[in-house]
Amino acid sequence: MTVATNRRGRRTAAPYVFLAPAVLLFSLFILLPVGYTAYLSLRKVQVKGLGLGRGARSEVFAGLDNYQRAITDSELWSGGLRVLLYGLLLLPIMLGLALLFALLLDRPRVGLRRFSRISIFLPYAVPAVIASMLWGFLYLPAMSPLNYVLDRLGLPEPNLLSPGSVLFSIVNIAVWGGVGFNMIILYTSLRAISPEIYESARIDGCSELQIALRIKIPLLIPAIVMTTVFSLIVTVQVFSEPLTVRSLTTSITSTWTPLMKVYRDAFAANDLYSAAATSILLAAITLVLSFGFLRFVQRRAFGEDR
Amino acid sequence: MTRSLGAKIVAMVLGAGLVAACGSDSDDGDSGTTGGKVELSFWAWAPNIEKVLDKWNAANPDIHVTLSRQAGGGDIVTKLLTAHKAGNPPDLAQVEYQSLPTLVSNDVLADIAKETGDTKGKFADGVWQQVTLGTDAVYGIPQDAGPMMLYYRTDLFQQHGLTVPKTWEEFAQTARTVRTKAPKQYLTTFSAKDPGWFSGLAQQAGAAWWGVDGDAWKVNINDAATKKVADYWGGLVSEGAIDDQPMYTPEWNKALNDGTLLAWPSAIWGPGVLEGNAPDTKGKWAMAPLPQWTAGESKTGNWGGSSTGVTAKSKNQSAAVKFATWMNTDAAATEVLIRECSIYPAARDAQASPALSQPPAFFPAQADFYAQAKQIAEGAAGVTWGPNVNVTYQVYQDAFGKAITQKSPFGAAVDQMQSATVADMQKNGFKVAS
Repeated sequence: MTVATNRRGRRTAAPYVFLAPAVLLFSLFILLPVGYTAYLSLRKVQVKGLGLGRGARSEVFAGLDNYQRAITDSELWSGGLRVLLYGLLLLPIMLGLALLFALLLDRPRVGLRRFSRISIFLPYAVPAVIASMLWGFLYLPAMSPLNYVLDRLGLPEPNLLSPGSVLFSIVNIAVWGGVGFNMIILYTSLRAISPEIYESARIDGCSELQIALRIKIPLLIPAIVMTTVFSLIVTVQVFSEPLTVRSLTTSITSTWTPLMKVYRDAFAANDLYSAAATSILLAAITLVLSFGFLRFVQRRAFGEDR
Repeated sequence: MTRSLGAKIVAMVLGAGLVAACGSDSDDGDSGTTGGKVELSFWAWAPNIEKVLDKWNAANPDIHVTLSRQAGGGDIVTKLLTAHKAGNPPDLAQVEYQSLPTLVSNDVLADIAKETGDTKGKFADGVWQQVTLGTDAVYGIPQDAGPMMLYYRTDLFQQHGLTVPKTWEEFAQTARTVRTKAPKQYLTTFSAKDPGWFSGLAQQAGAAWWGVDGDAWKVNINDAATKKVADYWGGLVSEGAIDDQPMYTPEWNKALNDGTLLAWPSAIWGPGVLEGNAPDTKGKWAMAPLPQWTAGESKTGNWGGSSTGVTAKSKNQSAAVKFATWMNTDAAATEVLIRECSIYPAARDAQASPALSQPPAFFPAQADFYAQAKQIAEGAAGVTWGPNVNVTYQVYQDAFGKAITQKSPFGAAVDQMQSATVADMQKNGFKVAS
C-alpha cells in the first residue's frame, strides 16, 4: 500500500492509458463518422443558374429541411411498413426454428450431432449477397428447378418474384441465413446449464418434452432476449438481400426498404445530405426499438431480480 | 495532474480525429511534376486500356500516364465526386456522356475548350454535342460511341418466315407473328432496368430530354417523342406481344441462348455482350439498322459511350488534354482501342480504321458489319444531358418497374420521370425554364 501511495500519480493515470486505445478507436471509427453524419444531415447543396462552371455550387446550412423531407416522404414510410411486415414474418419463424433446432440438438442421445450442428450453421457463413444471388437464381421462373418440375407435371407455376410474393421470398433468404447463427447462441447457453438440474428433474419423473418446456426454455430466456435484440437490429437494417435480388426483377423498387433509400440517395442521386438525415432517423428508430424491447422484457422476464 | 493527463489523452484523441477529418484539404493529390517529367494519373474501366497507355508512354518519355483501374461507369462518378472533395482526384478519367453534367456541376471536370483547338472537326456533330452540354465549353474528348442497331437471329427469322422489320410498325407486326407461330418465344423484351437503352430509343424518335436556354435548363422528358416511344412499347407489353423481363439477368442470358428471344435492339457493342452471355449462338445473329418511325429515314439513338475528361484540380491540364486527344483521335491509338479494348471509336477517321475491316468474331457471316455501322452512326441524334441524369435514370427503373408489375400505362411513368427530375433540380437550386 505504501508503494502504491508513493506512485499515486502513475497509478491513477494507468486506467486512462489502458482505456486510450479503445477510446481512440471508438472515437475515430464510431464517434467521428456519426458526428460527421449528423453534421451533413444539417447541410444541403445550393446551385446557382445552370450549375455549370466554377463556384456554381455551394454547401449551405439547411436547418432541419432534410429531416422534414425524410419524415414527409411517403416512400420512406411505405418502405418502413414493408420492413415491419418483414420483421413480423422473419422474427418468429427464424427464432422459432433456431430454438427448435437448439432444443433438438440438446437432447441426450442425438445421432450426427456435430454434423447437424454444422450443416444448420453453415448458411450463416455464406455472405448475404451470395446467398441472395443463389436464391434469386432459384426464384427466376426460367431457371428454377421448382418451376421445371411443376411444368413437367403440368401444374401451374408460381412466380416467386412477383410483386405479391417477393416479400416472402426475401424472408426465406433471411431465415435460411439467420437460423444457424441464432441456434448456435441458444445451443451454447443450453450447454452451459448444469446437467444436475436435468438429473433431478428426471428423478422426479419429468419427460424430455417437459424438461424442454419447463426447464430449458425458462432458463434460456436471457439468450432468447439477446438473439431477439440482435435480430431486431438486423431486421431494421435489411439491405443486401433485396438490393441483390432487385437486379433480377422489377418487383423491388430502389426504395423498397429504408436503408435502400439511404443507399440510393447517397450513391445514385449523390445527395449525401438527405441520406445522412434518413440514416440518423433510422438509427434513432433502431435505438428506440431495441431499448424499448429490452426494457419491456426486463420488466416482464427479470422482474423478480429487481 | 492525473486529471490533466486524462484530459490530454482525450484532447489528443479528438485532435487526431479532427486532423483526420480536415487534413485532406491540404493534400495535393498524387500527380505532379518530377524533374521536368509530367506524371498523369488516369482512371478508366475499359478492358486492356493499359495497352494504349504503354504505347503513349513508350513514345512520350516526358509525359508519363499511370492507369488506375475502376469498376465501371456508375461507380467512377461516385468515386470522382469523393476524390474531388478529398482534394486528390486523378488528372484524367473515363466518363460516360450522361455523367458529364453531374461532374461538371460539381466542378470536378475542367473546361478544356482552349486546349482542344480543331479537335471538334474530327467528330460527328451529334457526338461532339455530348461533351459541350450545348454550351461553348468542352468537358471531355469523346472516346467511344454507342449508335443503336437491331440484332436478330437469322436462323429463327428464316424458320418462322419473318423479314427484318424496317419500321416500328413492322416490328410490332413481327412481334405478334412470333407469338402466334411460337407461343414460347418473344421477338424481344422491354427492360425496366436499362434507362440508357430507353433513352437511346427516345433519341431516335427525336426526344430532347434536356436543353440549355440562357442560364436556365429546359427539361422535356415527357415530350411528345418520348411519350410516343413509351406508349408504343407499353402497348406491346400489355397485349403480350413482347416480354417484360429485365435484360442482363441469368434468365435473359438463357432466353438469348436458347432462342426464346429472337431480336435485341441494342448498340454497336452488342456483339461482345452476345458473345459473353449467349455463347451457343455464334454465327446465328445478324445486325440491321434500328426500325424507323417513318419509312425511309435512317435515324438512330445512342446507348452508352464515354469520353475522356480532365479534372479541374489537375496540375497538368494541357499535358492531360494532349494525351486524351492523342488517345481518341490518333490512328495508331484508336486501332489499339478497337483491337484490344473492344471500343467503337467516336472519331470519324477511326471508324474507317483497317482494324474494323473484319466483322466481329461472333458475326462471321456479316462481312460489311462495320461499314454498315459507320453509316448507321452518321444518323445518330445529338443529345444534351442534364445535371441529374442519375436521378432520372433511377426514377425510370422504379416507375417503369411499377408500370410493368401493375400493368399501368407507360406514359404515366414518363410523366413521373419528368416531375421527379424537375423537383430534384429545383430542390438543389438549378434554374429550370418552364
